[in-house]
Amino acid sequence: MNRPAETRRAPPGLEFLTTKKDEFVGWARKFSLFPYPFVTACCAMEFMSVSSTLYDTDRFGAALPRFSPRQSDLLMVVGTITHKQAPVLRRVYEQMCEPKWVIAFGACATSGGFYQNYAALAGIDKIIPVDLYIPGCPPRPETVIDGIMKLQDRIAADRHPIVTETF
Amino acid sequence: MAGTIHEQVTARWGGTAEDVALAHGTLALVIGAERLVEVARSLKDEFGFDMLLDITAVDWPERVPRFDVVYHFYTTRDFVRVRLKVRVPADAPAVDSLVALYRSAHYAERECHDMYGIDFRGNDDLRPLLLYEGFVGHPLRKDYPKDREQPLVPYRT
Repeated sequence: MNRPAETRRAPPGLEFLTTKKDEFVGWARKFSLFPYPFVTACCAMEFMSVSSTLYDTDRFGAALPRFSPRQSDLLMVVGTITHKQAPVLRRVYEQMCEPKWVIAFGACATSGGFYQNYAALAGIDKIIPVDLYIPGCPPRPETVIDGIMKLQDRIAADRHPIVTETF
Repeated sequence: MAGTIHEQVTARWGGTAEDVALAHGTLALVIGAERLVEVARSLKDEFGFDMLLDITAVDWPERVPRFDVVYHFYTTRDFVRVRLKVRVPADAPAVDSLVALYRSAHYAERECHDMYGIDFRGNDDLRPLLLYEGFVGHPLRKDYPKDREQPLVPYRT
């Protein structure tokens, strides 16, 4: 028996919705963060923990790590950065396309942590701009999730020029 | 077993050593820099110390001579360690390389050269290993300021 034609039609009232361009783009962008994990040190253990099943950053659309900076828009710097490594981090950041955000994950990436010596860079914000700092040595997974959600809120509230500076 | 190897080494080289000590189960000999290769060859060929585990140095800023260069040997036959120390002065911190005896000395000597500025005569490849080209000074020397940074990327202002 053929189904009546009118039930296949969308119910009235949901054929279009009104929103603002920035809210719409921000909503799309905040749930499609493709992280580039720049993972150098022991914070990696917490990064694995927060990425995997129990804490599951997949829920925030930030699950799929892209190991090419050109395909990612969230640079997660996880661990100590040394002066010798700093040019690599800088290069990775420069290769990422706009829009891009940077998270300093843990005490070392934020400020150098307890390192103050010839080798360690005292915080990645000395060489690249940082949008969000996650404290902890290493951070608890809840802290990381809180940080990701704060970044999402900021992206959602941000302006998103997609054609010109004014639109 | 461990005692016998240590006793044999002590009997063979204890007389020429400046100091002999048994610390934490490891025999430690302080020998003259000119005897280093001779003693190392003896350890390798006569006593079966087939592994050179590490080469490092100790900086004694107040002492003359200033540096200890420390060698750790291990034998996989008898499971015994021996430590050699060579004292070198600050104005000419150089010892003979052990690359000809142990290939593993290559990287260890490069690292020691990085960190303490010890020259290893006979090692023709003392490029920076852990440090980078252009790094000035030797960071594990006591007179290197602990907060001195030599960034490769200019800082944002």
